[in-house]
Formats: sequence, structure tokens, C-alpha cells
Amino acid sequence: MKKVKALIITGYGINCEEEMAAAYRLAGAESKIVHLNDIFLGKSSIHDYDIMNFPGGFSFGDDLGSGKVLSNKMKFKKLKSGKLFFDDIQDFINEGKYILGVCNGFQFLVKMGLLPNVNSDFEQEITLTGNNSGKFEDRWVHIKVNENSETPFLKGIDKIFLPVRHGEGKLIIKNERIKNEIIKKNLNCLTYCDKEGKETSEYPLNPNGSDLNCAGLIDETGQILGLMPHPEAFLSLYNHPNWSQLKRRNPEISEEGEGLKIFRNIVEYVTTPVSQRGRQSAPVFAKAMPGRRRTRRE
Amino acid sequence: MKNQIQLVLKNKIRDVQGEKIKKNALSFLNIKTGKIKTGKIFNITYDLSKEDIQKFANLGLKDEIIHNVYINSFYKNSFYKSFILVSKLPGVTDDEGISAQKTLNDILDLSLDTNTQHIFTDDIYLIEKQLSDKTLKTLAEKLLGNKLIHHFEYGKFTGKMEYIPEVRIEQDNETEIVDLNVTDDELLKISKNRLLSLNLEEMKAIQSYFLKEKVIENRKKNNLSEKPTDCEMEVLAQTWSEHCKHKEFAATIHYKNLETGEEETIDSLFKTYIRSSTEIIRKRLQDAGNNWLLKIFTDNAGVVKIDEESVFVWKVETHNSPSAIDPYGGAITGILGNNRDPLGTGIGGGKLLFNTNVLCFGPPDYSKELLPGQLHPKRIFEGVRHGIEDGGNKSGIPTVNGSIIFDDRYSGKPLVYCGTGGVMPYKFAGVNSWEKPIDDGDLIIMAGGRVGKDGIHGATFSSAEIDEHSPRSAVQIGSPITQKLLSDFMQEVVNQGLIKCSTDNGAGGLSSSVGELAEISGGAEIHLEKVPLKYANLKPWEIFVSESQERMTFVVEEDKKEALFKIAKEREVELSDIGKFTSTGFIDVRYNNKKVAYLDMDFLHNGVPKKYMKAEWKKPELSEPKLPPNIDYNEILLNLMGSYNICSRENVIRQYDHEVKGKTIIKPLMGKSGKSPQDAAVMRLDFDSFEGIAISNGICPKFGDIDAYEMSAGAFDEAIRQIISVGGKLPDINDKSNRFWTVNDNFCVPDSAFDSGNNPDGKQKLAKLVQMNKALFDMSVFYNIPMTSGKDSMKNDFKAGKIKISIPPTILYSMVAKLSDVRNTITSNFKAEGDLIYLLGETYDELGASEFYKLFDKLGANVPKVRKEDAKRLYEKVIKANGQNLIESCHDISDGGLAVAVCESAIGTEFGVELDLTNFGELSLNAILFSESHSRFVVSINPENRDRFERLLSSDAMFIGKVNLNKKLIVNQSGKKIIELEIEKLREAWDEGLK
Repeated sequence: MKKVKALIITGYGINCEEEMAAAYRLAGAESKIVHLNDIFLGKSSIHDYDIMNFPGGFSFGDDLGSGKVLSNKMKFKKLKSGKLFFDDIQDFINEGKYILGVCNGFQFLVKMGLLPNVNSDFEQEITLTGNNSGKFEDRWVHIKVNENSETPFLKGIDKIFLPVRHGEGKLIIKNERIKNEIIKKNLNCLTYCDKEGKETSEYPLNPNGSDLNCAGLIDETGQILGLMPHPEAFLSLYNHPNWSQLKRRNPEISEEGEGLKIFRNIVEYVTTPVSQRGRQSAPVFAKAMPGRRRTRRE
Repeated sequence: MKNQIQLVLKNKIRDVQGEKIKKNALSFLNIKTGKIKTGKIFNITYDLSKEDIQKFANLGLKDEIIHNVYINSFYKNSFYKSFILVSKLPGVTDDEGISAQKTLNDILDLSLDTNTQHIFTDDIYLIEKQLSDKTLKTLAEKLLGNKLIHHFEYGKFTGKMEYIPEVRIEQDNETEIVDLNVTDDELLKISKNRLLSLNLEEMKAIQSYFLKEKVIENRKKNNLSEKPTDCEMEVLAQTWSEHCKHKEFAATIHYKNLETGEEETIDSLFKTYIRSSTEIIRKRLQDAGNNWLLKIFTDNAGVVKIDEESVFVWKVETHNSPSAIDPYGGAITGILGNNRDPLGTGIGGGKLLFNTNVLCFGPPDYSKELLPGQLHPKRIFEGVRHGIEDGGNKSGIPTVNGSIIFDDRYSGKPLVYCGTGGVMPYKFAGVNSWEKPIDDGDLIIMAGGRVGKDGIHGATFSSAEIDEHSPRSAVQIGSPITQKLLSDFMQEVVNQGLIKCSTDNGAGGLSSSVGELAEISGGAEIHLEKVPLKYANLKPWEIFVSESQERMTFVVEEDKKEALFKIAKEREVELSDIGKFTSTGFIDVRYNNKKVAYLDMDFLHNGVPKKYMKAEWKKPELSEPKLPPNIDYNEILLNLMGSYNICSRENVIRQYDHEVKGKTIIKPLMGKSGKSPQDAAVMRLDFDSFEGIAISNGICPKFGDIDAYEMSAGAFDEAIRQIISVGGKLPDINDKSNRFWTVNDNFCVPDSAFDSGNNPDGKQKLAKLVQMNKALFDMSVFYNIPMTSGKDSMKNDFKAGKIKISIPPTILYSMVAKLSDVRNTITSNFKAEGDLIYLLGETYDELGASEFYKLFDKLGANVPKVRKEDAKRLYEKVIKANGQNLIESCHDISDGGLAVAVCESAIGTEFGVELDLTNFGELSLNAILFSESHSRFVVSINPENRDRFERLLSSDAMFIGKVNLNKKLIVNQSGKKIIELEIEKLREAWDEGLK
């Protein structure tokens, strides 16, 4: 069987590319780290891959706001062929392929207008900005998965424990209408919660003060997932901050980290022939959606 | 043509930054500001059309969810009665401006120059309260910026802003001639006025070099003035600086012990103790056929062998003086500069694996009047912390551990130790990665940031005391993004064999990097006009010694140049071909082909006169204090847990990313609630194997007030025992698996050169330094743990007029040891109810300089002594016990003694502890609880393993209690309850200490 191919974008201050590549490798896919500029230069094409990944980092040092400069680059720069890269991304989505953005990667997706995109016009509808604590923090948080969010990435996951490592993770939604759309369409797939799984706005369980206590979003197709916490940072049990006590309690405990599940999910899903994919799939592909024509400024 | 764009938050968006400033203004400065609204201003000097500016503002800069944008006008609101504008001074790094320039090109599809500054960013703060100019000035200088790097405007906002920090320098490319044929007094004056930091003997050595007939003749032949040029004086001063030549560690020292009457002459501390201990160990390893020491002392960082595939390279540095005057800039350039050491070792381009840092500050509640130029310790703390945060986080390098020490004597000059470890493949394109070959004809390629006036005289400055007239150009601010692009680029091209080798441009700039590399080939020829500048009109010597950051020097073969430059362009890294290496024996520096420096390499590197120094040791007269009777141990323990040197660092730790790269296995805080402090950090090296390393820091300057030898030995032991605590194994010369241990020694001492007027106790200080070195030697060869790199920082004094604040002599030992399987490591927190708690190692009546005595403001006399034979026996047993999985938790005992170590193992868990401390014989209760005797651990074990564990440890373990579900700490002795405290209350005291 042909291996699933995961593209890991790097460059300009992205810095979680190696663990992201490892995640896909451990999940059985082939992963390749490619410098974004090599895509612009036409040395590499996103269409050669099944899943495109935007890892975390500090692109351009978070200048002008996290993810802003790089998302401008991705939105406005042309490929060597003359085509806008952003159009190329939309074609990638229209081919029914998948995009994952983590932390800084989530910030690009949001600022490019790829998430949540409830208006299907690829305009920015939400932002991710400075935490209410006023500081960057590295801490592990509990996250609840919205059981009604339909995306293969999160299949079979009810709750997950992951580290957040950001200074700008507070999600703010442009207006009530978009907020209601997000809720109605179950795009708010990940929510900060307490140990018992109860949604919370209480710091530090909710580390940033996000609207809807939101830690991650999908688009309507379920093909695009963006999240602040780092699943690629929990590939092994030994990443867990309390691994040694967990192991004492249960010497047979799996050595695999919970974060790996997300990567296994998507790799497995992409491997599965379309006809055999279950209900967790995206309801309709973009191609089939007449309302989803790209509209561009100008 | 100038355009201005302002971004402010929409009214409905919470201004978190404004709230933070309001809070800090009140708590740091006692200024009530009312509400604060923050904004950002972009001053654009590119010539752009109105439409382009509109587009840039709305698409490129504005986040439409949160911002309102103003173009060539400013947000105004009468609600805010005052304002402060913070701009950068000319030439100060403005990364945000550069990023804005890049995004402008992307959005408008332009190719404007982004290598020099055309967009200048300001921060503006609108303040509700009407504050006096004096108050606003205080707020600006003490909270919002630093007058060394910022320009401030304040008062009532008029809606106008004119200031643009463009650099304008009168053209002056002339090279001056310096006349050294003058009196001794005049020579010293030249050194002082030119900030050369050269002493009379050194000035005279230079004087006589230029009087040599052969030199004169040679200079004539080369069309040079007989007298030295300003550039030559600068090159000599930089190369001969204490920072670069380590003159005091190379000095001949006459050491006299007044107590025993012994006298000895030491020919270089470095050679006698540091180098020789490592050479001895290298010989032992060689004899056993296991030499994993690949490179020691000769490059930017030491290199050890991991296996046939990869090598480990690391370095720990200090950046003290810059951090004293601009804490943020000092620390961030410190950490980024330190990153470039492993990055520029051998061929270079290794992958950086972790950062570590140890910081020494004055106490946050420091209440003495600040001297001119002195910053409050709390401000230094926050600035340095922020610099380390940005330096690590923005580079994607995890800050895996660290330590913070508070002492009044660090309130003049703080100590900022930064360490970085990395991994290189064993070979790059078929060549051993740690080697540094350079041949005649190889090109000198400068890479990375551009050159400006920043950091001129950094190397000489760090070798001088700080005072109110310290040069402002010594301040620099690092740019992590520039360096990230550069290091990613290096990693890419070394694999293709495009770089022959590299080094970093740190202190001393090109003069230092090229000067040192030229030793390998035997000369160099540099063309300074080819060096790209941040702004025009630098003098040739300024270009050569500037310490502008984020630069590396590559050695490149002519036929690789084209391929290298092509990739660099694609990765937005600027390269310049500035000359070539030669074998002429001369360093030949030119500007527009006119020679501005032409120095004999041998004189440059070996001409510095050897120093002669005197050390005298007189034992201080100290005694044990009398403490009040009826001590309330509950109260004492709570006070200790909340004391500065013991309390939780969680707020600091969480602001550092300690797990990017996904390889951190033991993080600084672990356990159920992520609050339990750990001993050493543990990282795995790869995702496909469980091989890893443990990283530790040993530092305990306080013991040096009683005995510098024991302080140094104790710090060495502390670093070892932390690694043993997490499950590491001691070195074994006969081990075949490259199970390396490596140390970076880092000495920071006050001025130790005797001077009857300025430094009357210099001999005593130098004697302490000698003793610290003797301990280093003894510990190192005893354990077979080699120094692979190190650093000394010799003039850590802050002077204002007659007042001098000198640091206590301080040594940091940073250690890394290879682990065969990180899954077998041990954390410090208790794991299960019913587990048995043991104290391992002997406790002595050693409360001297303890945190306990500090609560009573006493020093005492009984300093903890290292008994290395006993310690090694115990460590071997702990290693055996770990090998049989007998230990559930292990925590080394240091500050605060047994009582604090037990609390730390319980904090953050769901458990309580009951201890019985009856079986300690004659030892006082104070000593049992709080003595800081070295080489001890608190461990817990599963009761199932009791027999095996006790048999193995025998008399080295004492059963002291059990883990229970009580959530209390109860301590009994001889049937009497001495301590009873809720763990939660202890945690609270511990958590609140630094808040």
C-alpha cells in the first residue's frame, strides 16, 4: 500500500517541525520537512502530499502579532508559476486533502482566513492574541473534544492532556454572528476543561482566556484542524509530566503518548479508501460545495 | 517623505498589556496611573504612494479583529490625560520594523531593501491620570524602557510625533596614527581614553614591538606608518583583553597560606588545575581504549562522542556586565551568543538541543539606596528573565533547567550564566564534524546580521569594572529571528559540505573571530569595505571590532562559494565575501585596499606579557552562633520554604518553553500537579531510541564565605549528585559505550588583583580563587569527570565613586552525563501511599552558611565538607539500587537541608509524610533538620523492596518515615511532635516566596 505523505512546512522561525515529522513517522506516514520558500520557488509542490502541516514556532519572532507576517506571506506571495500560493492551498483543500496547524500554525490558519471560515470567503473571522495572564506559559492542560465536531483528526478521542506553550493563544471572535455559527456548526472542536472534563474559563485550567474556552477549531469540511496545544509534544509516555507515577501505578501502561492518537487518526483515515470511511469523515468535500468558491480581495 | 501608521486596540478588546503596566507601576514604583491604553506606531521612510500605505496598514499590519488603524494621524481621547512614547535610539535593534519591511514587500510585491532600517517602530502608552513630567519620566525609564537604548517623549499628548531614530554619522573613514613614543603616564592615558583596558606593561610591550627594527622595516615595505594605527591598537586590545586571553588564569601566582606557612608558585591556574585534570583523565581513557573526549579547550565548545553516528557539543558562558546595565539586552545576547558557541564549533551547524541558565541577583526586596547607574535587583531579575525567555523560546530551544541565587552582593553586578548543548553528526559530508581545517586561500565569509556601532568595546568592557561612565555602545539587543534563520541555514549547508568550518562572531567581532581562525592557516587578509553595514560611515577599526550580534564567520573553499550564496539568498541570510585566509604570518586588514592593520600573528597571540599576582590565605575567624532556645520549627520551616533561595521558581520556569523539540523527559517541574521541583534535567537524544543525557548545575557561593575550597568541591558534588539522583551512573574509564561525563567550569570572581589603594583584600580574594581551582582538580581526577570547556569572568565589581559592590567568588559546574535509557530515570516526588522514606548519606553538624542560619542573620563556622570517598561509595550503591528498580523517588539535599528536601518531595503530590528523627545520636535537632551536609538524598521505596534495599544500602541509609494520605508533614523525635504542618500550607509559603 502507498504510504500517506505528510508535508511539514518549516522556515522563518517555525521550530516544532522535527517533532511533527516524528509524529507522522511514528503514525506510519512518510513525512518530509520542506522550507516554505522551496514551495514558492517551485522546488516542491504541496500537491505531492496528502496532509499539509503548519508546526508551531515563533515565525518572525511574533513581530506584528503572532503568525501575522508569515500568514501575509502565504496569503499574498506568488509561486514561481505565477499562481498565488493561497489559491494553491485552496486547491489543495478542494482536492479533499487535510491541513493541520498547531500553535503558531493555528495562528497562521486563523490569520489567513482558513479557519473557521464560516462565511466561506477566506476572510479573517477570529484572532489569536495575547493571553489574559499577560505572559507566555508552558503548562499542561486538559482538553475536551466536542463530540459533535466532525473531523477525522479527533476520531475516538474524548479528552486529551497536552502542553500549551504560547503567549498569544487567546481566541477572540469577530462578532456574535460568527460565534453563533461556530457553535451551531460545531467548529469549536477543542475546549479547555478541568480534570473531570468540565469546560472552564478558570485560569490556569484555561491558560489564556479564549472565547468559548476554545483550544482548537475545524472548518466546515473537517479537513482543517487548528489547535493551540501541542499534540506532537506528547508522542511518548515519557513526555507526560507525571510519567513516573503513572508507571508506578500501572507498570503495563502504554509507552505511547496521547498526542500521537491525532496523527494515527488522520494517517489511518487517509489510508482508508473513501468508500470505507465512516461517519467521522467530513460531511461533504469542498468541491461539492457550491458556496465555497474562493473569493479574493481586489 | 514619511508616513506614520498607528495601531490601537478597539475599545471592546481587553488591553492586557496596559493592565499589566498599570499593575507594575503600582507595585514596583508606587505610581497610580489609572487606565492605560497601549498602541504601536510605525514610522515609514520608504517613498510609498497613498494607496500603498493604505494597503500596507490594513492588510499587512492590522489584525482586523482587534485593531483600529490610524494613518498619518493618531488616536486621541481626552479620557487619557498623559502619554509616554518609547522609541528606540538610533542604531538599536528594531526587529519589528524589519519584519514590517518584509511583510510590506510580500503584500505589495515589491523588492525594497530590508537589510537596513526604513520602518521604525515606537510604543505609545496613553495614561488616564494626569501625571507630572517627573513621574512620567520615572515610569518611562524604570518600567517602560531603558534610557541607554530608548528615546522617550511624555507629557500631554498633542497628536504629533516627529522623532525618527535614523543613524547619521559624519563621514570619517580616516585611520588615525597613535604615537606610543611617550611617557608611561601618557601610555596609560591612551589606554584609558581609547577604552583599551590595557595596563602599563601591556602598553609598553606594544610600544617596544613597534620600535623593533624588523617591524619598522617591514612596515615601510608595506606602506604603513611606523607608528601603530588606531585599528592595530584596537585589535591588540581586543585580542589581549582578559575576556579573550584569560590573563589572570594564565598568570604566575605566588600563593601563601598564612595559616600553615606553606608557599607555592603556580604557573597558570588554567594549566595547573583545569587543563591538567582533564589531560590526566584523557590519558586514563586513552590507556583503557575508550577515549570519548574528542575536543577539549581548543574550540568554541568542547566535544564528546555519543556513538559512531553523533557527537555532543556544549558550552556555558556568562554575560554579566551587559546584563547589569541593560538586563533584557544583556541576557538575550548572552543566550543567543552562547548558542553560537556550539553552533560554531568544528565545522559548525550542529542542532541545538537545550539551553540552561543560572542567575545570581540581589534580593528583590533590596532596600539600600541605588548607586548611580545601578538598577534595582528586581528590575534586573525581570529583564534577565525576559531575555532568557525570548532568547530560548523564539529560537525553539528548550530551557530545560536552571537555578536562581539571591545574595546582596550580586546587586551591583548580577551573574547571568547561559549554557547550550547540541548534537552534530559524527561526520559532515565525510569529514569529522568537530575538526577545523583551514588552508591558505580559503575565503572568509561573514554571515548573518549587519555591522553597526553596537557592542564596540564589549570584550574590553567585560574585563573592566562597571561604573557610571561605562560605554553606552556596549549595549546590544539580540535578534532571535535573525539567528534562527542563520542557524537553520547552517544546518542545511553543512550537510552538503559547503562550509569548511565556522566560528561565531562574539566578543571582539571580526577581529576576534578572524584573528583566532587565522592562527590555523597562519594569516588572513580582510577587506573591511566589503562588510555590509547597518548604516554608513563607520570607521575601519569600528567595523573590525564591532560586536553586532547574530553573525558567524564561515571558512569556504572558492569552488563552493556560488552554491553557498545561492542557498543563502533563498533562505534570506546575508553572506559577504570579505577576504581570505593566508599563510603569511600576518593579519592584514585593509579598507579600500589601504592597509589599516598589519600585525605579526605571533606577537598578536603570544606577545601579551604574563601577569604576576600574589595570593595570601588567612583563615577567617568564625564561630558557631548561639541561637535562641525554644525554636518554633513550624514557623522556621514555613519561613525557609518561602525564603528567596528556596521558594518555588514556577512563575519563571513556566515562562520558558522547556519542552519544545519533544525530547524533555525530566522537566524542571513534574508530578501530579506539575509543581514538584526536580534535580537534573533529562532529555532523550532521538525519537527512535531512549538514549539520553542528564544535565545538572552545581553552585553554592555562600559556602565560600567560610571556605572557598569546600565551596568549590561542594558545587562539584552537587552537580554530580543531581545526576545520580535522576538515575545517572558514575563515569567508568573501562566502560565501552562512550558513557561520557562533561563539565563546563565557570568562574566568576571579584577583582582579585591586589592594589593597596583600590583593592586592599585582593590577595585574599585571589587565594580563594586558587583554592577553588584546587578543589576542581581534586574532584575532577577523583571522579574522572573532565572539563571540556569553561570560562572565567574576573572583574565582577560595581563601582560608584568610592563605593564598590563586589560579588562573592562564585563557581558554577555545569555537567552533562550520558544515560543509556531515559525510561529508567527517577523523579523527586513521592509516588505512593505506604512507601518508605530513607535518608541516604551521613548528616554532620554543618550548619555554616546554611539557609537556616541565614534566617537568624548568622554565618556560623562549620561549613559542609565534601568527603568524596564516602560520597562515591554511596553513589555506587544508589546506582546499584536503581539498576534493580528499588528506588521510587530520589531528591538530593541542598539548600534548607533534610526538612526542605522532604517538603519538596511532598509538594504537588496527593500525599503527606510522617517522619521520626530519633536515631541521629548526638546530632542537634537543628543540624538533623537543616544541616546542608553534601552527598545526601531523600528517597522513597516500595515497602515490598525493603529487605533488598536495606541490605544493599546498609549503614548508608536510615529509615526515617512513611508516605501517607494525610496531606500533612509530621516530624517526631523521641516521642515528641516537633513539626505538624499541612502540606498545602507549605506549598503556599513556597509558592508565594517570589510573588
